[in-house]
Formats: sequence, structure tokens, C-alpha cells
Amino acid sequence: MPTEYYLFLSLALFCIGVMGVLMRRNAIIILMCIELMLNAVNLLMVTFSKMHNSGDSQIFVFFIMVVAAAEVSIGLSIIAMVYRKVRSIDINILNRLKN
Amino acid sequence: MIAIVVSVLIGILLMFSGLIFQKSSQVQILAIFGSIALLAANCYDLMLDSRDVVSYFDMISFDKYSSTFNVLVTGCVVLYLLIFKKNIADIGKNDAEYFALIFFILCGAYLISSFTNLLILFLGIEILSIPQYVLAGSDKQNIKSHEASLKYFLMGAFSTGILLMGITLVYGATGDFNVTSEQFLNAIQTSNALSYIGILLIAIAFAFKVSAAPVHYWTPDVYDGSPTPITALMATIVKISVFLGFIKLFHLSFGTIGSIWQVTISVMIVMTLLFGNITAIFQQSVKRMMAYSSIAQAGFMLFAIFSLNDTSWNGLLLYAVAYTLASLGVFAAITKVKDYTYDGFKGLGKRHPVLAATTVICLLSLTGIPMTAGFFGKYYLLTAAVEQGQSIGIVFFAVLMAAISSYYYFRLISSIYFKEGNAELNSEPNSFDNTLYIINAALIIILGLLPGLISVF
Repeated sequence: MPTEYYLFLSLALFCIGVMGVLMRRNAIIILMCIELMLNAVNLLMVTFSKMHNSGDSQIFVFFIMVVAAAEVSIGLSIIAMVYRKVRSIDINILNRLKN
Repeated sequence: MIAIVVSVLIGILLMFSGLIFQKSSQVQILAIFGSIALLAANCYDLMLDSRDVVSYFDMISFDKYSSTFNVLVTGCVVLYLLIFKKNIADIGKNDAEYFALIFFILCGAYLISSFTNLLILFLGIEILSIPQYVLAGSDKQNIKSHEASLKYFLMGAFSTGILLMGITLVYGATGDFNVTSEQFLNAIQTSNALSYIGILLIAIAFAFKVSAAPVHYWTPDVYDGSPTPITALMATIVKISVFLGFIKLFHLSFGTIGSIWQVTISVMIVMTLLFGNITAIFQQSVKRMMAYSSIAQAGFMLFAIFSLNDTSWNGLLLYAVAYTLASLGVFAAITKVKDYTYDGFKGLGKRHPVLAATTVICLLSLTGIPMTAGFFGKYYLLTAAVEQGQSIGIVFFAVLMAAISSYYYFRLISSIYFKEGNAELNSEPNSFDNTLYIINAALIIILGLLPGLISVF
């Protein structure tokens, strides 16, 4: 298959992730959408690796996975901390800071 | 290179020091000695690397500029820890961890200042960011701190996704992650939609991290909600480190196609200066005013990215140090007073003359009054923009905005000196604190008189 197909697929996945982050209000779903963005990037990295005949970007994918795991572990613990305090993971509570 | 290893080792040591030491003061002393050791390691690196560019497996390379920056940023961290050590330990119970995370942030800052590979840039930005999410939420009693942490995490992770997409698209266009290699520099010059979109996405992700408009909206809430000593760290040391990565990537690697991204950067400058300065006028809380002021100052530092010449590199170095010193001084005053609205500062000049005088010097430097370091920082960056040519309009706009910024800085000065009131402090500053404030203010004045002390070229 041509490379463009993979490019369009991963850009579509990335855009779905961005839309999810911007439109959803549930913190865990936003976290999942961020993961979707990162995985779209991973797919694109592998595609370009094939295109350029070079292994560099496949190594990069491993680093993205590790960092994403670290980020999720921090993120979920922050969400758990907020949930314990306000009994909700709706990010509209963030507007309370504006006052 | 040694500094990177040492910063991580000190971080790990501090993490376990919470088990060994019973008293918080012992941890604080260890952290301060750690930062001084780190400063020594950086000076050693600077002496070692000043002859030539030292490269490690095409991943990290130290040139004179990045080594000088590392020394300066570590010096600022020593001062930061000396001024805020007590406040950091008072945030919560796990004081050893807070200090450890600060050293991990420094490790990220060194990686950002010395990358040659986009992988290291990405790792550096993540190592810099992830401890900050934890530190922002470290005040577990305060709901605002929780919300700041959550907001910062979501926005930071989102911008990481954008940065990665940019890196991937640039890789797709060039076929190399090493931003200084022949292949990369040749490939980036041939016009290609992939690389243009990639560069734009990277610029947006950097703008997120340095809180430039139009993606600055998380800054006031996060800076306001985080514990004040952590806000001081985020607004100063972290921000200037990211700026160094920004200028390195955009000048050394994307510099040949400057005409493509300079328009984007100039739009960012105008919006950042406008939003930052105009919104800062309407704030009642000094901490929130400092958050908007840090957005406005980021607008000035963006001039260094905008103008592609050597003046902008030196200007950024001086501006970063001047801004850091001045902001640390003001944040030190914010941690001292009980009520950090403008009213809480009324009468500070009569009751605590040393703290008041040093704060005023810091505020003057932030405004850019001559005789202070802030003046020459602004002067160099605007000179760089004028040398660039065809950008006189934006320089005039920046000068106008600097004049507007004097309104909210001078409002605080008038609160301190010219209003009647009883400014109450959390704790009386002892003579050690006063010495540090005076050293900080003296550094600002010395740099204002002899700006050539900080220059590389």
C-alpha cells in the first residue's frame, strides 16, 4: 500500500484525539484521547521508518511508549487525588480557579 | 556531560535522604550543597568544553553557549534554593521528594540546552515537565493546587502529543533525527508541506511550554494554584530552559527557512504582549499579576527566536538571567507577606525596609528601567529585531507594551511605599534572608551596569 494511506490514517487518528481533548469533559476520557494522539504518532513513526529504510524512528517509538506510560501513571494519580477531594472527575470544576 | 549525571545522582540521593535524615533542615542543607556541587560540575564542563564542541554519539553536544547557559541556570537554582528552602520544605510532609524533583527538572533542562537529536529534545522536555505536574499538586490540603496540577497535566500531555506529531512530520520530510547533520539541513531547505506543518506544530508545542499566546490560557490558573515556591520555579528556571531549546532548534536547524516560520512567531509575539500586559492590569492578586507578567515577558523573549542573528543569542541569555533574578525577588516577597493582594503590600516600605527596597529593584528591572539588568535585556532583544530589518512596527509595539507594563509594576511599588497600611508577614526575615535579598538586588544592578559580563560571542 502507498505511504499516503498510512499518513492519512494516522492524521485522522491524531485529529480524533485532538477533538476528544478539546470537546470531552471527563478527565479520564481526555487522558485516553491523549493516548490516541500518541499512538497515531507511533503509527506514523513506523510508517516513516519503512519509507526511509531506517530503524531510528522505531527506537523513537519505544521511547514514546515509555514516556506515555510514565505520564499516564502520574496523570491517573493526579486524577485520583482530585477525585478524593471533590468526588468528581469532570474538568469543569477547574473553572472554580478562575474566581 | 558530567552535570547531567551529577544532577540525577543528587536527585536520587535526596530522594533517599528523607529516610536517613529526621530533620527537614538537614535535607535542606543537603539540597543546597547538592546544587553547589552541580554548579561546580557545570563550571568543570564549561572549562572542558570551551575549546570546541563536544559531541556524544550525535545525541548530545555541548558548545560554549549551552555550557554557559547551564552554569547560569544552575547559579539561579542555587539562589532559588537558598531563598526558598524553608518555603519548599513547608509545602507538605515529603520535603525530600520536592527537592529531588527539582533536581530531576534540572536534568531535563540540561538535556534541552544540549540536544542535537530530536529524541533528546523530546526526552528533555518530558523530564522537565513530568516532575512539575507532581510539584504543582504538592500542596495536598489546598484544592486549588489539585486543580492546577490536573490542568497543567492535561495541557502538558496534550502539547507533548502536538510536539511529537511535529517531530514525526519533520522526520518524514528529512529522514533524520539529528538536527545538525548535513542530510537534515539539506532536506529541510527543499520545500515540503510535511516539514512546514511539522515546524508549525513544534512551534505551537514550544509556545505551550513557554506560555505564549494563543496557547497561554493555562498559565494564570496553574501559576496561581501551585504553591508559591513552585510557581517561582516554573515561571523562571523552567521557562528559560525551554526557551534555550526553542532558540537552538529554530536558529540552528530551521534557520535557513526562517521566512516560513517568522510570520507565525511575530503573530505570537504581538498576541502574547497584548494579552499578557492588558490582562495583568486588571488583576488584584500580585501572584496572578506575576503569572500574567511572565506571559508578557515570554513575549519579549520570543523576539530572540524571531530575529536570526548573534545579538539575539546574547540578548536571550541576558534577558533570561535578568528576568529570573527579578522574578525570584518578587516571588520571595509574595511568600513572605500574609495576604498577597495589592492591599497586603501596603506599608511594607516602613515596616520592612530591606525586603521592600529589594522588591522595588526587582520590579524596576522587570519594567526595564535603565541601571537594571532588565533594561539591557530588552535593549539587546529589540536591537536584534531591528538588525533583522522589516520589523520596525513590531519593535514599536513592544516598546509601547513595555510602557503599559510599567502601570502594574508601579502600582505595586506605590502600594509598598506610598500607601498607608500594615503589611503583615508570615515570619520576620532574619539577617540571612535579608543578605540573600540584597545579593539578588545587587546582582540585578551589577548586570544593569555591566551587561557584558554575560556574553558568549
